[in-house]
Amino acid sequence: MIFDYISSFLGAIPAAVIAGLVPMVFIIPFALFAVYWERKVSAHMQDRLGPMRVGYHGFLQTIADILKLIQKEDIVASAADKPLFNIAPVLTFTGSYAAFAAIPFSSAYIGANIDLGVLYIIGVSGLVVAGLLMAGWASNNKYSLLGAMRSAAQIVSYEIPTVIVILTLFSMVGTLNLYELSELQSSNMFNWMIFGGTVTGWKKIVLIPLMFAAFLIIYLTTLAEVNRTPFDIPEAESELVSGYHTEYSGMKFAMFFLAEYANMFAVSAIVTSLFLGGYHSPFGYLGNTIGITWLVPIEQFFWFAFKGIALVTVQMWLRWTLPRLRVDQLMVVCWKYLIPLSFLIFLIVSLLMVL
Amino acid sequence: MIEMETTSTNLRTQEMVLNMGPQHPSTHGVLRLEIELDGELIVDVRPHVGYLHRCFEKHCEAMTYPQIVPYVDRMDYLAAMYSEIGYAVAVERLLGIEVPERVEYIRIIMGELQRIASHLVAVGTYGLDIGAFTPFLYCFRDREKILTLFEMTCGARLLYNYIWPGGVSHDLPPDFIRMTKEFLTEFKPTIVELNNLLSYNKIFIERTANVGILPLETAINYGVTGPNLRASGLKWDLRRDDPYSIYDRFDFEIPVGKGWHGTVGDCWDRYYLRMIEMEQSVRILEQAIEQIPEGDVTSAIPKRIKPVEGQIYTRVENPRGELGYFIVSKGGLQPHRVKVRAPSFVNLEILGELCKGHLVADVVAILGSIDIVLGEVDR
Repeated sequence: MIFDYISSFLGAIPAAVIAGLVPMVFIIPFALFAVYWERKVSAHMQDRLGPMRVGYHGFLQTIADILKLIQKEDIVASAADKPLFNIAPVLTFTGSYAAFAAIPFSSAYIGANIDLGVLYIIGVSGLVVAGLLMAGWASNNKYSLLGAMRSAAQIVSYEIPTVIVILTLFSMVGTLNLYELSELQSSNMFNWMIFGGTVTGWKKIVLIPLMFAAFLIIYLTTLAEVNRTPFDIPEAESELVSGYHTEYSGMKFAMFFLAEYANMFAVSAIVTSLFLGGYHSPFGYLGNTIGITWLVPIEQFFWFAFKGIALVTVQMWLRWTLPRLRVDQLMVVCWKYLIPLSFLIFLIVSLLMVL
Repeated sequence: MIEMETTSTNLRTQEMVLNMGPQHPSTHGVLRLEIELDGELIVDVRPHVGYLHRCFEKHCEAMTYPQIVPYVDRMDYLAAMYSEIGYAVAVERLLGIEVPERVEYIRIIMGELQRIASHLVAVGTYGLDIGAFTPFLYCFRDREKILTLFEMTCGARLLYNYIWPGGVSHDLPPDFIRMTKEFLTEFKPTIVELNNLLSYNKIFIERTANVGILPLETAINYGVTGPNLRASGLKWDLRRDDPYSIYDRFDFEIPVGKGWHGTVGDCWDRYYLRMIEMEQSVRILEQAIEQIPEGDVTSAIPKRIKPVEGQIYTRVENPRGELGYFIVSKGGLQPHRVKVRAPSFVNLEILGELCKGHLVADVVAILGSIDIVLGEVDR
């Protein structure tokens, strides 16, 4: 991939730096855009205009906000555990940032083409939990602590159905490499995993409803993993003020904030790669039609970003429509419904694959 | 309700005391709750009030009767019109004066508009407490229209000083009736919209039904009034049971809680009852708008209010319950004593009883469903 290409004439270390910086170039503008987008989506859902002053229709509002946050005093509560307090936002951001390494943005760019790409992403997302728990504990604030505890319970529980759904896919395609998985879903929309992948015949017809259900399950669980409504219990503002980041201000708060939005895109990207054909276009490529082959990866990047942002928009739509579940109801949804259902889908799909 | 589990061993885990407020997003003002937690389960809730205490009752003793009206506004600032109605009715009964027909109708119109505005805030912020942000802004959009009507009438949007003992400060503006009619036609579909958006939402029902159940007997014992009492199943509304002004002329129903999605007297009932009450207020308004006579509004206002020695207790049904004024006169220009029975204050007492055995998240749901205004709790 890009790493091998650059390292062939620059050496391994600069190549690693460059390959690592590329997602940064994407994530920061994306997070800025997503914050703006969220404010606009919510505003238009609520008969408001949202930010209108900074730039055209408030387009530069988030940049102004970030500048303000950078200028702010960095307050550390006197009773806080300072080292942990300082590491927590970095760790959280690292967790969501590292996930981008294994996400294939287009056939020409994937940070690290790992064979266990999906598992790697699930693994590094675990760092986020550690970060949140640290933040909650180190703040020495009861609301933060409650928020962090809830968050840990929630994310750990909801990883189970996610992984089972991924296992289901694994039993179908036999690879956990996101790049290979995306390539399998090429050429036509009905090769996407949500439509049963490359399986043919009657099996595909049976698979389609199962895959739809699996898609819904993984979408719900990822929603819970990024703490979005109706699962935004860890930072439920009406109960826990802001949950684990109550005590944070200035740039550290901004890091949590950016991590949240980066995470939103990361999980959407995983769902896209797994179910919605990854970076592949549903219609074929303009670059192939007019014979300019270098256009194809750019188009692929566009499609990937488009699908990802579309899923992020659905997350926002849900957030501004639905109330919030209670912490025990959240666990009920996970343990009583999602896990058995995903197991059932896993069993049926595995049986179908053996037949 | 979640049952508390007692461990069979002698291990005792420590309970955590969580201080909620006075600076907290969902205590609806400066209320402080001291919550004793076992994990996330509530062992006890102790409300601490008084952060907004402004010595209203003591102030009244140093002021003449008309001067008290603006102070009355500042009690229940979400239903200031209704506080004024209550005070005006009390002083009029103390003086034994009759007010003109038109004044009575204006008071009914203002009172019911205020009830809708107040319930809209209650319903909207309740959605906010449960985590749904959008219905809140829809409610405020409609409340804004009512506030515009008030602003047209008396120039103020929150604290009006409009309804005086003996009359109202000035007549309705020319466009008022037309605009109120317009508002009512616009508002009726909004209730349906709000119901679809929030009331019948599965998650919302899960969060509120069977939570914070208030049995009728407990409600009566604690002196709970207003929508909270009616949600527990008692048809008790002072507009019907102890009529003041001209409420006996209108045709409206008094809804009671039926346990639509759970048990009678749960949070959903209390919430939904306010929805139905808004519909009934619309009904009263439609009749009042049709029947309002022409006439003078200031003729009955006394030049000097100097009641004879005596005392009076009157009560009116404000959006939160029974608002009572106890006024003692020693024959001077100033009242000897004014005591207010504030519905929010009495209703708040029930909180500790309702919260036991629930989760932290439910405190917010229960407190929101009681619908308190701290300006009135503390006075």
